[in-house]
Amino acid sequence: MTKTIHLKKGLNINLAGEAEKAIANVFTSSTCAMMPTDFMGMSPLPKLLVQENDEVQAGSPLFFDKKRPEIIITAPVSGKISSIVRGDKRAISEIIINTDKDVSYINFGQANPKELSREQIVDQLLKSGVWAFIRQRPYNIIADPKDNPKAIFISAFDTAPLSPDFDFVVHGKGDVFQIGLDVLVKLTSGKVHLNIQADETVSKVFINSKDVQINKFTGPHPAGNVGIQIHHIDPINKGDVVWYLTPLDVITIGRLFQKGIFDATRMVALTGSEVKSPKYYKAFIGASIKNMIESNLHEGHPRFISGNVLTGKKISADGHIGFYDYQVSVIPEGDYFEFIGWALPGFNKFSFSRSFPSFLFPKKKYKLDTNYHGEERAYVVSGQYEKVLPMDIYPVHLIKAIITGNIDKMEQLGIYEVAEEDFALCEFVCTSKIEVQKLIRKGLNLVRKETE
Amino acid sequence: MKFIKNILDKVEPSFRKGGKLSFLESTFDAFSTFLFVPNHTTHSGAHIRDAIDLKRTMTMVILALMPALLFGIWNVGHQHYLSHGHEFNSIFDMFLPKIIYGFLKIFPLIVVSYVVGLGIEFAFAQINGHKVNEGYLVSGMLIPLIVPPDIPLWMLAIATAFAVIIGKEVFGGTGMNVFNPALLARAFLFFAYPASMSGDNVWISEKADAVSGATPLAEAAAGNFGNMPSPLDMFLGFIPGSVGETSTLAILLGAVFLIITGIASLRIMISVFTGGLMMGLLFNLLGTNAYMNMPAYYHLIMGGFAFGAVFMATDPVSGSQTNTGKIIYGFLIGVFAVLIRVLNPAYPEGMMLSILLFNAFAPLIDHYVVGANINRRLKRTKIIKS
Repeated sequence: MTKTIHLKKGLNINLAGEAEKAIANVFTSSTCAMMPTDFMGMSPLPKLLVQENDEVQAGSPLFFDKKRPEIIITAPVSGKISSIVRGDKRAISEIIINTDKDVSYINFGQANPKELSREQIVDQLLKSGVWAFIRQRPYNIIADPKDNPKAIFISAFDTAPLSPDFDFVVHGKGDVFQIGLDVLVKLTSGKVHLNIQADETVSKVFINSKDVQINKFTGPHPAGNVGIQIHHIDPINKGDVVWYLTPLDVITIGRLFQKGIFDATRMVALTGSEVKSPKYYKAFIGASIKNMIESNLHEGHPRFISGNVLTGKKISADGHIGFYDYQVSVIPEGDYFEFIGWALPGFNKFSFSRSFPSFLFPKKKYKLDTNYHGEERAYVVSGQYEKVLPMDIYPVHLIKAIITGNIDKMEQLGIYEVAEEDFALCEFVCTSKIEVQKLIRKGLNLVRKETE
Repeated sequence: MKFIKNILDKVEPSFRKGGKLSFLESTFDAFSTFLFVPNHTTHSGAHIRDAIDLKRTMTMVILALMPALLFGIWNVGHQHYLSHGHEFNSIFDMFLPKIIYGFLKIFPLIVVSYVVGLGIEFAFAQINGHKVNEGYLVSGMLIPLIVPPDIPLWMLAIATAFAVIIGKEVFGGTGMNVFNPALLARAFLFFAYPASMSGDNVWISEKADAVSGATPLAEAAAGNFGNMPSPLDMFLGFIPGSVGETSTLAILLGAVFLIITGIASLRIMISVFTGGLMMGLLFNLLGTNAYMNMPAYYHLIMGGFAFGAVFMATDPVSGSQTNTGKIIYGFLIGVFAVLIRVLNPAYPEGMMLSILLFNAFAPLIDHYVVGANINRRLKRTKIIKS
């Protein structure tokens, strides 16, 4: 039975630069990179399986998780490994592949998931590297194939600023999406939940999905965050494991079984106020953004983000799209001084509080930059985070438990139910400019270390 | 603007580590960030941030205090001339002399409060290597508004120093304090210098001897209900009292501003007023003495009740921090303020003590509210596991 859950708390940040629902004509990326830092918890260092100048095919293993060696990450494209970039303490930051014009694939074999056993499915996913798309809560890391999750969740809409429209992205891909769902159904003894937006015209691809539980949600961001949805449908208790994916990941899984290959093409939305014509691009996972942004930017000093402006990762002008990302945001850098900025009326400033007159114009679209608009302070204001976190959790108390490293308290206050992205709005609205997402990650890592 | 920035950039090195004036680094930072919002950009987490910061928040509270302050300035002059029996013939006379008189009385209070308080804040920030927190910008305005107009400046200075050092800095500065610093200053004055803080002689500036000068609270405590001003006068604030506390109307204007901007908690304000009114009504029911029989709503417009409800109880640091907790906290403040007023003749103003009392209890209230959340989570686990 379809449940509809109405969420009231949250905030939609109206940014300028939404992607037009059209696919840009040509896009070729000459390089493609896999970044081990995209995979939380694989640190300190994954085990490399390739060297510079090695030739790889799409689906060739690149590296694996030392803690869980069965989880391997494979190349999304074929080509020659041009360089392995190392960062601080020799940690691998990028494995860059010079992409072949015509991608060659390793054949993992076509199969109908309905006829396969769970073991066969897990094996197919693991050896192709597609397993990495399945992530788990708690901890927000790649799922453990040994677990039997109590449920699998797919959020079929993204409410983050300028986020791509999944209905547009999955259009016409119903068959392969269903194959992906068939795979997931085999992986859990519980339900597969597909969460859609109640008040939008949702794609047939989602509505016609079979063997899954469809739930409807209404409300502002973060209603589209899977963590929020899990909390309202089947909350995570101590000891529970829940897996989650995006619809794009489900399609990649579907293609693995339909075509027998790791087909890493996916639609990426190029968004943000600094982009001249924001559109959708057909790209590979890990593609370079260089060609996408070339002569497509307004004058100025831009910041490039793989992902959305709340949770994404800062990348350079020739950087690569992250493994899990399906959006590139380009916004202005905020490296300027502003004369008595806190005192001016601020008609162009966006604030969740109503201390700027801009709250009188709710429809207005904003061009926001990366300035902090202040300095970090101790907590003074209370009740602010609660307004943008639609969960039965006391966010500030949880964060204080993390700051003091109190693991019992973190468990009691719901650390297992949260991930960084769920607290991104808390970080955005914070008057004291506290780095909330970093703290949540610190808490998750601490609890994971202590409980394993 | 460019030229101010150039000057700041030029002198900056001497305030940084190794510079001649490095012992003033926190002070320099405070002033330069006051003039220019820094060019810091996000490096982790959310790439965009809300335009609000503590400077903005505190500015909003100060703006909300303006009606009470302006009315207070006028009223100090008004009460003074009234007690001397001055006749004012023209509208012009009604305002200008009173405002000038009031301003000359109040301005020194504000200056002393800010100079002493900020001086200590800057010194502590420098010693601890912290940035100067904006919290005192509001405390520094609150303190002059809750003292009698004739308070000797040295007393105000000592009380301010006490509030900032013992009330705030020993706990670790703004955000860490248990008690509301401004109220602590008021409580310090009340207990250390009772003669200058209570009785009938302090509430009207340079009062003529022939006039009583008692505040409505004092009249009520003494049982002189015949001398009480009209409710309208009390609401509008044409009564003797602390500088900014007399006009409920001016305070409510500030409250509306705080609620619209979303800076102060509406929950707390409403529950304080509700608590006070309910307790007043309960006393009306009991009705064993004249004070109990006083109309319940009088409590809300007398003394510091409204000011406390709007500006003191809503202090997010010393108050309850959970939404449920805020309702309980506010309600109990209202109840106890009226309880202390009516039943304890030693303290005519119950509001100050009531808020300080529940500042102390706020963490306990939150503890139980958060405890309920923890229990909900535990219960859920058990149901599923069994």
